[in-house]
Amino acid sequence: MELLLFSGLATLALVCGFLVIVQRHAVYSALFLILTMGALAGLYILLEAHFVWAVQVLVYAGAIMVLFLFVIMLLNVTTEEVPWARRDLGRIGLALLLAVVLLGELLVMLFSGTGTATARPVSPGFGTTETVGRLLFTRFLLPFEITSVILLIAIVGAMVLAKKHLS
Amino acid sequence: MQVPLSAYLILSAVLFVLGVIGVATRRNALIIFMSIELMLNAVNLSFVAFSRFHNSMDGQIFVFFVMAVATAEVAVGLAIILAIHRNRETVDVAELNLLKW
Repeated sequence: MELLLFSGLATLALVCGFLVIVQRHAVYSALFLILTMGALAGLYILLEAHFVWAVQVLVYAGAIMVLFLFVIMLLNVTTEEVPWARRDLGRIGLALLLAVVLLGELLVMLFSGTGTATARPVSPGFGTTETVGRLLFTRFLLPFEITSVILLIAIVGAMVLAKKHLS
Repeated sequence: MQVPLSAYLILSAVLFVLGVIGVATRRNALIIFMSIELMLNAVNLSFVAFSRFHNSMDGQIFVFFVMAVATAEVAVGLAIILAIHRNRETVDVAELNLLKW
């Protein structure tokens, strides 16, 4: 059952991830990216990360993608000509070379490892909001506070950049 | 049957590479940005998978911080794209050559 769910969600994530990068129009890319993030959220459930699942759906598939769609529709960008329609073979070749090298590197790293990791039964409270919150306010208190400063700077920066007149 | 850790890591690697291809081939700044989001998500999947298989919560805390930074990045990045579009009337990165020597 777990394998079946994993296969389905993984296939959905991969297909939608591929469709994100081949779409002509940015709106379709954004919609497929939402589906990819939804599939990843399902995988987080399989991995018993309940808090991360909730944040993934709320922040990523919700807030960030709404921001993306809002900007895409605000800009009203005309459809881009995709690289393979332009016959821009140099660019595609370079990208594929990069992709093959990177994927090869990652897979070599993965299969050169020894031993096997088996999922042990998790400790009680694993992945729940309570556990995450407790950790955030004890062991990770300083990074947590720094995060709030980053978000404040981001808000101010976005306001300044998006102002009407850039002097 | 249980899903092995390597299955999650391979899925994560392939998603990351898809993001890399997107960044390298596309010229629309918005789609490049979405490809970067795809890469961030792929890494998050690795974090959560390791967290589960090591029975340790640290990976999930990291995912929380990655998401916070990604949110800040998206807000500022989209504001930059808006400003560029206002000044240059384009989001095509091939036409933004002001810094090209």
